Amino acid sequence: MSALSAIFTTTIGRKVIMALTGIVLVLFVLGHMAGNLLIFVGPDAINAYAYQLHSMPAALLWAIRLFLLVCAGLHIWMAVLLTIASRRARPQSYQQEATVQASYASRTMRMSGIILLAFIVFHIAHYTARIVPGMEYDQSLVEVPLVQGGEVVLKSSGVPVMTFDVHTMMVQGFQVWWVSLFYLIAVGLLCMHLSHGFSSMFQTLGLRNRIWEVRLNRAGLAYGWLIFLGFASIPLAVMAGMIQADPSSSIALVELLK
Amino acid sequence: MKLDSKIPAGPLSEKWSNHKFKMKLVNPSNRRKYHVIVVGSGLAGGAAAASLGEMGYKVSCFCYQDSPRRAHSIAAQGGINAAKNYQNDGDSVHRLFYDTVKGGDYRAREANVYRLAEVSSAIIDQCVAQGVPFAREYGGLLANRSFGGAQVARTFYARGQTGQQLLLGAYSALSRQIGLGQVKMYNRHEMLDVVKVDGHAKGIIARNLVTGQIERHAGDCVVIATGGYGNVFFLSTNAQGCNVTAAYRSYKRGAAFANPCFTQIHPTCIPVHGDQQSKLTLMSESLRNDGRIWVPNDTETAKKLRTGSMNPNDVPEDARDYFLERKYPSFGNLAPRDISSRAAKEACDAGLGVASTGLGVYLDFRDAIKRDGEQTIKERYGNLFDMYQCITGDNPYQVPMMIYPAVHYTMGGVWVDYNLETTIPGLFAAGEANFSDHGANRLGASALMQGLADGYFVLPYTIGNYLGEQGIAAAGKVTTDAPEFDAVEKDVRDRTERLLAIKGKTSARTFHKRLGDLIWEYCGMARSKEGLEKAIAEIQALREEFWRDVRVPGEADELNPELERAGRVADFLEFGELMCRDALMRDESCGGHFRVEHQTEDGEAKRDDINFSFVGVWEFKGENVEPALHREALDFEVAKPSVRSYK
Amino acid sequence: MKLTLKVWRQKNNQTLGRLETYVLEEVSEDSSFLEMLDILNEQLIADGQTPVAFDHDCREGICGMCSLTINGIPHGPDGGTTVCQLHMRRFNDGDTITIEPWRARPFPIIKDLVTDRSSFDHIMQAGGFISVRTGSAIDANEIPVPKPVADYAMDAAACIGCGACVAACKNASAMLFTSAKVAQLNSLPQGKPEKDRRVLAMVNAMDEAGFGSCTNYGECSAVCPKEIPLDMIAKLNRDYIVAQTKSIFTKVG
Repeated sequence: MSALSAIFTTTIGRKVIMALTGIVLVLFVLGHMAGNLLIFVGPDAINAYAYQLHSMPAALLWAIRLFLLVCAGLHIWMAVLLTIASRRARPQSYQQEATVQASYASRTMRMSGIILLAFIVFHIAHYTARIVPGMEYDQSLVEVPLVQGGEVVLKSSGVPVMTFDVHTMMVQGFQVWWVSLFYLIAVGLLCMHLSHGFSSMFQTLGLRNRIWEVRLNRAGLAYGWLIFLGFASIPLAVMAGMIQADPSSSIALVELLK
Repeated sequence: MKLDSKIPAGPLSEKWSNHKFKMKLVNPSNRRKYHVIVVGSGLAGGAAAASLGEMGYKVSCFCYQDSPRRAHSIAAQGGINAAKNYQNDGDSVHRLFYDTVKGGDYRAREANVYRLAEVSSAIIDQCVAQGVPFAREYGGLLANRSFGGAQVARTFYARGQTGQQLLLGAYSALSRQIGLGQVKMYNRHEMLDVVKVDGHAKGIIARNLVTGQIERHAGDCVVIATGGYGNVFFLSTNAQGCNVTAAYRSYKRGAAFANPCFTQIHPTCIPVHGDQQSKLTLMSESLRNDGRIWVPNDTETAKKLRTGSMNPNDVPEDARDYFLERKYPSFGNLAPRDISSRAAKEACDAGLGVASTGLGVYLDFRDAIKRDGEQTIKERYGNLFDMYQCITGDNPYQVPMMIYPAVHYTMGGVWVDYNLETTIPGLFAAGEANFSDHGANRLGASALMQGLADGYFVLPYTIGNYLGEQGIAAAGKVTTDAPEFDAVEKDVRDRTERLLAIKGKTSARTFHKRLGDLIWEYCGMARSKEGLEKAIAEIQALREEFWRDVRVPGEADELNPELERAGRVADFLEFGELMCRDALMRDESCGGHFRVEHQTEDGEAKRDDINFSFVGVWEFKGENVEPALHREALDFEVAKPSVRSYK
Repeated sequence: MKLTLKVWRQKNNQTLGRLETYVLEEVSEDSSFLEMLDILNEQLIADGQTPVAFDHDCREGICGMCSLTINGIPHGPDGGTTVCQLHMRRFNDGDTITIEPWRARPFPIIKDLVTDRSSFDHIMQAGGFISVRTGSAIDANEIPVPKPVADYAMDAAACIGCGACVAACKNASAMLFTSAKVAQLNSLPQGKPEKDRRVLAMVNAMDEAGFGSCTNYGECSAVCPKEIPLDMIAKLNRDYIVAQTKSIFTKVG
């Protein structure tokens, strides 16, 4: 069997694909969260961040999107194949089931994964494609002047550079209680998925031993919590009224944080 | 029957080399034409099957377990001896040879023992190359420890699991040959008889334990490496499935049986707890390095200790009898196995025993803990203490352990010559199944050595010699169509049907237990003429009752553990009598065989070299007919017999 | 003590099985779990019923033959022990105990609680050895093995091949078993020459037998009577990735 076919057909090969794609997704989530947290700096900051992302050459942007999509796709596809094989490996289940030590997170990876998938589809439809039926997309919000270093950036023609008003879009989104709730549940599951997936990745790639097992398990848990708190802080802040669509309020918040 | 031990001429140290040169060889390209049947997959059988397969012979290997990796060699804890002299403490082939002959109380064949000592080093090399993780020093070289009956440190070990690691080494070699198609493995198969064609062993009848099918297997020769018969005692340290069937059925087909009464009783086992017990667990001999063995001085205290109305820690120092230290001041608690076992029995017979059954003595670590601290003791014996607590529920750090002797190993076995060939030509016996190397008492860490010596380094030569003598024209000649197979298969089938047809009231297990009680009582640690005669009569009666009243549920054509058990118990019921006959015949005390009539003034075994320096070899003469005794005289040219004293 | 047992009974591989209930009146708490089953069987034989078939042999925790799932846990509630080392004092008078066989497709049930574990042997036959001919070995002290390496190899080699890891794994994966042998042989200098070949062959054999995949639950190690640690699996993964990567550039086996 060639190495390439082995990686797609053997149990360990498939797990390696899951681990490698998992790394990409874990890092993406971290980057995504860091970007989102700019909302606490102020509307101008997060809008500038969005501008930079969008001003990338279209080919590069789509290449990145495609890469992420392929990673997520492979991750899911391998999970499905492995799950089918594992189900087949135990045609008759125990009459009395028991668990000795497996964590709740490890036992619910498949379920948390499926719910996360549903959330990601919704999330992209909601904020990226902006096609969620029943949501009100205020087209006038789409464009705001780009502000960098407190100054409006002007084109050579003297016209301000316009960008997406991500800030207001997020705030408006999270002001819908069920959106926030779904979001919180999803990032909660993400935390669980990550807390097991993180150290599992190292195990699958063979980068773990007795000493590092404990450390990586802890790091996985810490990483999961970090991601959870980072993401959850935004809807919570919105719901609590700490972040409002009114830019002045966010500037006030920035002042407050200083 | 004529016994020819075929011991090569020449000086002891050159016998094996000379013999190897003189033996016939089989051309590598001819080897594939021969088919060797190996029954048993332990150290001896597994090693032999792997080595023969490697050489190019076609091999079939049989075991009753679900995998060759489970043979009972796996349970050996302590270690394996080898005359490597890595410790620079004066060890040599000659010393290992001498210690083994002396340890066996001068009832083993010198030439065989010398060969054993000679190949011992190669065994360690072989095992290390296979990946056996022996204990090592920080410098990366192999570690050794010392064991009973020797004054040098020549024992190699892998934690407390040496037997397991050596067996897994042999199993890995065997697995490789199975994968290559050189060896065909038959798991869950039990050999029920041997088939002779023109007087030579040419096949076996085996039962597929899963389907119940009776199968014929033909070959050019047969090796039985089926272990010892300790389970004749019902309670022993052996695995539940260990049995005498292959050896005993071979005996009934003409293979002489040697020294069946030589059994080893190990002093440090966890005492019997009650009627429901199925198995005795060994505690490593090493515990006797720090534990002190004692019983109370008077029967009143003993009674209180038995009923639990007194705590052993409350027994004052002057009310304790440290009987091993008292009787054997120079060896103390480390006196050899046979001697320590007997002393414990004597104490219990005198009503001084502890444990609820009265059959137990204390192994007390109180003084050691006081001297070295609990932490040190934990480091030395932690896992053993845990095991003890797991089985008994008592904490040995707080209350003394209780121990009692239990059957552990059988030195007797199928008689073999120097080539390990039995009195049936073409039938070989190896490992614990044969009688050859340990005499009347086996030293610690020697069983593993013997099993592997036979399997790796003796049989591959001597089987080639046998096959070479038969000539290539004879290779593969006998097939399962031979009429001899019809007859033996019919015997096996009849016997199975007979067992199932009795439909009596009593389970085979109950009979086994009753037999075990008899053997333990009369042919255990102390034997007497009256007792043995009584035992023979009672075993005969029990046997008769068995064939009248045993209940074997289920059918012949399915997995039927009760049928397997009944067949084995039926053989034990015959074999037990042979054992008692041998013990009765051997009117002396030696090693593990203690006849109360023959003891010194202070109760030590008294050997009779003038009349009993021979191997007692029994020939089957027919059902319910007394077997015939043959004597193979033992000549000691190098290791001159002396009195074993451990005072 | 009095016990209610729910025991899986199945005549053979062709028929369906189910739990049967039995009551045992007098069981000594000093008995081992298997001795308790002996008592049950004696009772069944006396009643003219078929005794329960179960695998067992050494009854001292080393042969790996015994294989019962007790109340959903392979080898029962105590860690680091086999069923034969489990004693009845661990249970209470009046308890109900469910006893099932190992459950996995590569371990088909033969009868009642007896399963066929030859798939483990097949994994071993694929590569669980060091190819060394009898008598061709160099002196045992020729190759020094650092003590930590020897200890690590021994930790791995302690595996008794009972299959509890598969039985406990929610995916019925045999990774812990396979990894223990790979880790033992691949870590020793003697086993290095065929390191890559070994791991590829053993993983293929493992997959062919139909075991599930590892999702790092850790149940295997938690029930393992010899407490084989999970880092053996990491070692297997590592060696497998290295071997597979090498095989892109060169022939490994």
